[in-house]
Amino acid sequence: MRYLDEFRDSAKASILVREIEALVATMDIPDERPLNIMEVCGGHTHSIFRYGVEGMLPKQIELVHGPGCPVCVLPMGRVDDCVAIAEQKHVIFTTFGDAMRVPGSRKSLLQAKADGADVRMVYSPMDALALARANPTREVVFFGLGFETTMPSTALTILQAEKDSVANFSVFCNHITIVPTIKAILDSPDLKLDGFLGPGHVSMVIGTAPYEFIAKYYRKPMVIAGFEPLDILQSIWMVLLQIKERRVEIENQYARVVPEGGNAPALRAVARVYELREFFEWRGLGSIDHSGVRLRDEYARFDAERKFSVPNLRIADPKSCQCGEVLKGVIKPWQCKVFGTACTPERPLGALMVSSEGACAAYYQYGGVKHHEAAE
Amino acid sequence: MNAPQRIRARTLGQVHVPTVTLSHGGGGKAMKDLIDDVFVRAFDNSALAPLEDQARFDLSDLARHGDRLAFTTDSFVVDPLIFPGGDIGKLAVYGTINDLAVGGARPLYLSCAAIVEEGVTVDLLRQIAGSMARAAAEAGVKIVTGDTKVVHKGACDKLFLTTTGIGVIREGVNLGVHLAREGDVVLVNGLLGDHGAAILCARGDMALATQIESDCAPLHGLIDDLLAAAPDLRFLRDATRGGLATVLNEIAEASQVAVEIDETATPIREDVKAFCEILGLDPLYLANEGKIIVVAPPEEAGAALAAMRAHPLGVSAAIVGRVQPGEPGRVTMRTVFGGRRIVDMLVGEQLPRIC
Repeated sequence: MRYLDEFRDSAKASILVREIEALVATMDIPDERPLNIMEVCGGHTHSIFRYGVEGMLPKQIELVHGPGCPVCVLPMGRVDDCVAIAEQKHVIFTTFGDAMRVPGSRKSLLQAKADGADVRMVYSPMDALALARANPTREVVFFGLGFETTMPSTALTILQAEKDSVANFSVFCNHITIVPTIKAILDSPDLKLDGFLGPGHVSMVIGTAPYEFIAKYYRKPMVIAGFEPLDILQSIWMVLLQIKERRVEIENQYARVVPEGGNAPALRAVARVYELREFFEWRGLGSIDHSGVRLRDEYARFDAERKFSVPNLRIADPKSCQCGEVLKGVIKPWQCKVFGTACTPERPLGALMVSSEGACAAYYQYGGVKHHEAAE
Repeated sequence: MNAPQRIRARTLGQVHVPTVTLSHGGGGKAMKDLIDDVFVRAFDNSALAPLEDQARFDLSDLARHGDRLAFTTDSFVVDPLIFPGGDIGKLAVYGTINDLAVGGARPLYLSCAAIVEEGVTVDLLRQIAGSMARAAAEAGVKIVTGDTKVVHKGACDKLFLTTTGIGVIREGVNLGVHLAREGDVVLVNGLLGDHGAAILCARGDMALATQIESDCAPLHGLIDDLLAAAPDLRFLRDATRGGLATVLNEIAEASQVAVEIDETATPIREDVKAFCEILGLDPLYLANEGKIIVVAPPEEAGAALAAMRAHPLGVSAAIVGRVQPGEPGRVTMRTVFGGRRIVDMLVGEQLPRIC
């Protein structure tokens, strides 16, 4: 595949790995306190496991797999609300595929479908709008999910529905925003992070400026990274170089996709349709101020939260679940008390076991060969 | 064998309405007409013709082919019924043939049970039965008994087929999933993931235009050549649902060995790679309907590869991995990038990723 295979070249990978090793050798990093670099985005986590990147790094570097998997951080109460909407007789509930398996307190959307709810997988909110047009007697609800990456497409679909006066279409809005979440992680007292790989596709929308506070106030380096394995290696090298040279900056490795100012039309659509919620609940991290958006009053008629009555209950994470500590890099997935026992991909207790992008599911499924071999 | 002659002389019933209704499942004349018109006409053979409640074979006939019977069954519920490269009928015939063939058996006889949703057109059934008949004839097997049920709308999805097969295992062939040992070589007979990708595309709900066709094919001919060239093979399995990754995990688990495959050596069509890339799927888990995984002792790997490559269904055959020292039950992959990752069993179905 052109423009992809070039970024997966193993010869270039070994050159980069040697560069990283050479850099680490000059940095005097104690074995008992390796450098912790968090990749914020679930897409990065997926690539790291898919290509076995972690095992190629020297042992002085640990990757901490962050909160950027929107499916994983969805709290149970919100899944319950989805199920409640989906189970109404006249509703066609549409969702991205990997949200189907997220457990609610009663059931997942996959189970609701098995029990008779009309739940359909779509690939774009525009597909859901097309379904609404094709089924004028049904209420079509789209499960709006994801960070700034998917936020604009939902916003543009709502604007289209408004323009075409499609009355039987609405969005159950669970879009979340990355910056307050990174801030919440940085504010936590047990933080053990030395640098960040910044989200690529979120940044394509919001640009690089919103991260400046990380360097300025928290004094942590960040490199906005692409999703191919060479992108990730290069970004790790760039973070290391910042640490070695005692610089703290927001650098952009993914300049082929991420413009400094972001995507202006997308940002306009987002600003027009959504407003910040006072707080939003995250699985594993608890409530984070201003970390979610809802539809503005002008678009209330497209807001499934106002159109349907939902239980809107807060369901606490299971007590045994240590997702929060894993997310902050305090413990590794396999150090969690319930990893692989009470919490497995078949029966996930915690957020990180839910989607293949979640750190725990990724370890369980793809396995950190490095970790497994260290344990042998 | 007088009975077939006598029955053959009778006129086959015909259906004169366009769609199947519940009356075609009622056990009366309408049902008989449907069975005659669709299945008996298509499958036309002496063992089926008497329409007894069972097919009957001479043991001596069977014994000519080997010394053990192989017996298997499989149900087919594919959506859509007709897809690029095949249809449910062809799939049901080849699927069961392959399940027999990978045990080293010569496939001989099949049954066919059909569950039909009311409202399905008779023409569609005729088309599917015709496809089954052609597939069986080309593979040299006979469909000798069957059953038809019609169910209420919504009780099944248009048409479900179950085929059961009998084959005979030739003397001296002894294949087993538990027989892999360190040093063995893992091979496949060609490009992986075509069927799974073709079906997902054919469902049409992702508006992706591709040229990918199902690889649906009968593998017993290839397996004949393979076993002739490499008689001491350890194990064969067709990599259907769950794909290569699942079969490798089954081998590693049953034989208590570690298996490592090499991503760069794993043959996957560019279209399939691109399709998986877009949807966030892993081609190692995509279904195949014409691919076998072969575990060969090292001294036979070359002969096995050559035999497969010489067969039309094995031109892209490749050595993809090895059984090697490591944690028993574990499958790993050396990635194209130079890293290593674990290739585990899939928990449920692969779902496309959000972003």
